[in-house]
Amino acid sequence: MQISIASGKGGTGKTTIATNLAYFLKKQNKTVTLLDCDVEEPNCHLFLHPTWTSTEKSTSKIPLVNMSKCIKCGRCGDICHFGAIANIKDTVLVFPELCHGCGGCSIVCPTGAITESEKEIGDVQTGTADGLEIVQGLLKVGEPMSPPLIRSVKKYANTDDEFVIVDCPPGTSCPVIESLKNSDFILLITEPTPFGLNDLKLAVDVVNELKIPFAVGINRSTIGDSTVWDYCKEQNIPIILEIPHDRHIARAYSEGILLLKALPQYEEKFADILEHIKEVLPS
Amino acid sequence: MKELIIISGKGGTGKTSIVASLANIFDNKVLADCDVDAADLHLILNPDFKIKKEFWSGKTAYIYKDKCTQCSKCQELCRFDAISANFAIDKIACEGCGVCAYFCPQDAIDMRENLAGHVFLSNTVHGSMVHAKLGAGEDNSGKLVTEVRKHAKQKAEENNIPLILVDGPPGIGCPVIASITGADNILIVTEPTLSSLHDLERVVNLANYFHIKPFVCINKIDINPSKVSEIVEKCAELEIEIIGKIPYDEDITKAQVKKQSIVEFNQESQAAKEIISMANELKRRLNI
Repeated sequence: MQISIASGKGGTGKTTIATNLAYFLKKQNKTVTLLDCDVEEPNCHLFLHPTWTSTEKSTSKIPLVNMSKCIKCGRCGDICHFGAIANIKDTVLVFPELCHGCGGCSIVCPTGAITESEKEIGDVQTGTADGLEIVQGLLKVGEPMSPPLIRSVKKYANTDDEFVIVDCPPGTSCPVIESLKNSDFILLITEPTPFGLNDLKLAVDVVNELKIPFAVGINRSTIGDSTVWDYCKEQNIPIILEIPHDRHIARAYSEGILLLKALPQYEEKFADILEHIKEVLPS
Repeated sequence: MKELIIISGKGGTGKTSIVASLANIFDNKVLADCDVDAADLHLILNPDFKIKKEFWSGKTAYIYKDKCTQCSKCQELCRFDAISANFAIDKIACEGCGVCAYFCPQDAIDMRENLAGHVFLSNTVHGSMVHAKLGAGEDNSGKLVTEVRKHAKQKAEENNIPLILVDGPPGIGCPVIASITGADNILIVTEPTLSSLHDLERVVNLANYFHIKPFVCINKIDINPSKVSEIVEKCAELEIEIIGKIPYDEDITKAQVKKQSIVEFNQESQAAKEIISMANELKRRLNI
């Protein structure tokens, strides 16, 4: 079962919930893989201190032009919807940062002048922490496109595991969609502030498009106002987790200490999450 | 004309709250919200959404069932698993590359333009504001950011306004790159947590990659004083200047609930005073 932890707004506590949920499940003797799909800024490792056992380069395909075979017909530029390849006068220019790796140019080239080479986009690291399998993507700095790397991370999900927990990037665009794909259940984390509510609504729109069962978790539930509860009630969205604003939690977080190690009294909250998911997904 | 972009690497460090305060403090500027995935600045600055422009970007394949002979050429060529076994397009998976349409022997596939979001040209009591809303689950957030910056620049040029103040997105990927490409000034908002420290280094590396020297501001400094020292050391090592240290203040959330920035809500609070002093420092540095 894949449970994804997401939020529109950044800094609401996705990583806290994802790492602690994975840790809690492991403690219950479940088999668990945690996928850190926030490849721009992966932070799960800061709380779980895994021993990395392997690092693999993740690549995407970009065209490689052999000018001696090129007849400057311009078809490569015509087929490319991303402006990543262009026949300009006597040469063909490739812009790797615009390339989506669809392969169109190499297929359309009538003389076989275009082959494909690999462009490094980041690393996929796998490791373990206290028996918990962890996989993270680390996007190369300066690389704009994270979805191919997220796809690579997700390939490492062990389908034999009882649980795959996905820590998603913030926002509502393509990296989030890529991370959420194939989820059985999504937990949207928010905080009870105007920003939290606005971004929760955006995240709900995305999840509704994907038609995946979801619920809301409210972090720092003792700050702000009541509008997130009002909204969830009105939309019939279950709230299955509330964590109060607590300086001890903030302190442990700031040091990179796992919430359930610092404050084990919160374990019950994670048991409740699973209880709810079991009810929604009887299988 | 100067452009000041506020980014953070890690989300939730306080970018938007700080931008809202700077919007109050700086005199003559155009405001832009480049966090098009999850824009929040409008919740404080209350723009009038005067002009709404459609943002068409990217394409999605569409199969004409009556022309399709189910030869499966499209499925073979698609690298994004966007064509199902029964020849339906998965709109979310479709990258819009058009390879399927180009090679379909029956000419049964069309590439249709996506309405990927909207751009708003607004007025606020603090000046003109350009902001946007990306459609749910759309890609092209980078292009929408570029669109927002383009309109903000136009507004500033037309009216001879010396500053564009930009609220940026979190992360270091596509929308952040689109937000800082060609910019001259970056302020990174960080906080004294291990996560934020880790993310700070990556976002500084990104700024360096684009040859921009950022300033740093540490928000919520009293969460963990020893982590503040680590940030100070890290910034010294990266040769980055820290120009603001803002205390954690519950009034910042209270202000947000009242749809105000902290400098409006409680000008006497320590957080407001520190933001004002940082704003003065920025004015000197940017010569505005």
